[in-house]
Amino acid sequence: MASIDYQVPQKGDLRLIIQGRLDVESTTPLWSQALKKLAETKPETLVVDVNAVDYCDGTGIGLLLELRRTQQENNRRIQIEGLKPEFQQLMTLFDPGQISKPLAEKLSFGRFIKRAGQLGFKTWDDLRTQISFLGELAVKFLAAVLKPGSIRWTDTFLLAEKSGADAVGITCMLGFLIGLILAFQSARGMEQYGAQIYVADLVALVLFRELGPLITAIIFAARSGSAYAAELGTMKVNEEIDAMTTMGLDPVKFLAVPRMIAGLFMMPLLTMFNLLSGLIGCGLVMLSLGFPPVTFLNRIQNATSLGDFTGGMVKTLVFGMLVAGIGCLRGLQTGTGASAVGDSATRAVVTSIIAIVVVDGVFAVVYFFLGV
Amino acid sequence: MKTDSETVIRVEDLTAGYGDVVIIDNINFEVKAGEVFIILGGSGCGKSTLLKHMIGLLPPVKGEVFIEGKEIVSAVGQERVDILRRIGVMYQNGALFGSMSLMENICLVLEEFTDLPREAMEFIAEMRLKVVGLQGSSHKMPAELSGGMRKRAAIARAMALDPKILFLDEPSAGLDPITSSQLDDLIIELSNSLGFTFVIVTHELPSIYKVADRVVMLDINTKSIIATGKPDYLRDKSDNDWVRQFFSRES
Repeated sequence: MASIDYQVPQKGDLRLIIQGRLDVESTTPLWSQALKKLAETKPETLVVDVNAVDYCDGTGIGLLLELRRTQQENNRRIQIEGLKPEFQQLMTLFDPGQISKPLAEKLSFGRFIKRAGQLGFKTWDDLRTQISFLGELAVKFLAAVLKPGSIRWTDTFLLAEKSGADAVGITCMLGFLIGLILAFQSARGMEQYGAQIYVADLVALVLFRELGPLITAIIFAARSGSAYAAELGTMKVNEEIDAMTTMGLDPVKFLAVPRMIAGLFMMPLLTMFNLLSGLIGCGLVMLSLGFPPVTFLNRIQNATSLGDFTGGMVKTLVFGMLVAGIGCLRGLQTGTGASAVGDSATRAVVTSIIAIVVVDGVFAVVYFFLGV
Repeated sequence: MKTDSETVIRVEDLTAGYGDVVIIDNINFEVKAGEVFIILGGSGCGKSTLLKHMIGLLPPVKGEVFIEGKEIVSAVGQERVDILRRIGVMYQNGALFGSMSLMENICLVLEEFTDLPREAMEFIAEMRLKVVGLQGSSHKMPAELSGGMRKRAAIARAMALDPKILFLDEPSAGLDPITSSQLDDLIIELSNSLGFTFVIVTHELPSIYKVADRVVMLDINTKSIIATGKPDYLRDKSDNDWVRQFFSRES
C-alpha cells in the first residue's frame, strides 16, 4: 500500500511525502488526493519526496508526471526528491510531453448552415449514385437477358430459393393476418350502414392494388435486401470484391445481376401467395359474419378486374428490381470496420423502403391518368 | 537468460485439442520473470492453440497452467479476473475496438478496473501510447493506422493495467522488415526498462534471434516439445537435425 503526507515548510510551498508501493491499485486513491491538494494550495514550489517509495509501475510514474505537468502548466516549480535511478528511467520513457486534444467544434449558425448544405450535397450524390448504379444494373441485366448463357444460373436459382421459396411462410402469414385484420376492422365500421357485404370488395381491391405488393416488397427488403447487402458487404470487407475486379470479373455482372433476376421473378410469386393468404383471412371474417363462401367469391369477382391484379403485379416487378439493386449497391459501398456490414444492411433496408413508397406513389399517379 | 529469476508461468502436463483431435500432447515448461520467451514451430503445430490455453481462453483436455502461482483453468469469478489483470495480450491483428479511438480503447480497461478520474485515465493512456511511439495519435481511430501502428497500439492497450506478463501472438506477421525490427526494439526496451515477461508466438527467425532469451519449439508430428534453449545454441548444437535446419534456414 501507499500513503501520502503533506508539509508546508514555508508559506507558498508544499512538500508531498509519498511512501510505499506505487502500483495501479495503490496509486488510484492517491491521484485525486494529491491533485486536489495541489489545486487548493497552489504552491510556488512543490517538493515531491519519494525516498520511501520502494516500487513504482507505469501508473505510479503517471502520478509523478501529472504532478510535474500541472506545476509546469501553471509556471510553478517542482522538485522530485529521492526517486530511484530505475524509476527515473521510466519517467523519461513514459513522459507523453504535450497532450493532444481533439479540436472541439463550436456550435454556430454558420456551422449549422454548412452542415445542412453538406448533408444536402451528400444526399444528392447518394441519389445520383443509386440512379447511376440501377441504370448500370439494368443495362447489364438486359445484356444478360439477350445472352442467357452468360447468366450464372446455379447461383441465380439458389438465390431465388433463398429469397423466394424460403420466404413463402412469412409472406403468407403476414398476408393472412393483414387480410383478417383489415376485414374485421372494416366490418365494424360498415355494420352501422348494413354494408358488411362490401367488406370483401374493399379488402380485395386494397390487397390487389396496394397492400399486397407493398407488404410483400417490405418483407422482401427486410429479408432479402438486407441479406444481399450483408453478403456483398462481407465480401467487400474480405477483399473478395477487389480480387474479383483484379481478375477482370465484373462484380455487378457476377453478383448483382443474379440477385436482380431472383428479385424480379420472386417478387410477383411471393405477392400472389400474399394475396391468396389475405383473401383467405378476409374470407374467414366474412364466414364468421354469416356470409357463405360463394357470396364472398362473387363479391371479389364483381369488385375487381384483371387490370387491378396486373397493375399490382407490374408494381411488384419494379419493387423486386429496386430492392435487389439497392441491396447490392449498399453491399458494394460497404466501408471498413466491424460495424460496416451492419451499417450496409441497415442502409439497404431503409433506402429500399423509401424507394418502394416513392415509386408506389408514382405508380398511383400514372395509373390514375391511364385509368387503370 | 534469466534462469535464476522466479517462475511466473508454469505449464504442467498440458494436453490440448479440439474435440477428439489432439494438437499438443502432454507438454511441460516454465517461463521465468523478465524473460522473452518464444513459442516456435512450423505452421499448424499448435503455437496459437498453446497461447490460448496459457491465457485461459481454451480449456485443456488435460493439465494445468499456473500464472504467478495461480491456476488459470479452474479459476472462476473474481479469482479469474485477478489472474487476467496480471497479463496483457496482443492478438495477431491487434483486435482494437474499431468503433473507438485509441484513447477510448485504453481507457475502457482503466474505467472497468480502477477508480481513477477521467483526466488521469487519459493521461495514462497518453503515457502508454508514448512508450510504443504513438504519442499524438490518441484520438485516431484504428482504421486510420497502418498494420504496424495497430500492433503498437494493441501493445499499449495490453499495458493499460501495468501487467507484468505480456503475450504477443505473431507480432511480426504481415509487417515489413523495418517495422518488424522496430517492434522487436520495442519489445527489448519494454523488457529491459519495465521488466516485462514476454511470451511471444512467432516463426520469424530474425525477430527470434534479436529478442529471444529462450525458445520452446513444438513439433507437428510428435505434438510435443522437440527443443528448448537459446536460439544460437539450438542452431549450432541441437541433436535434432530438423531443429538445426530450422534455425539455419536450410531446406
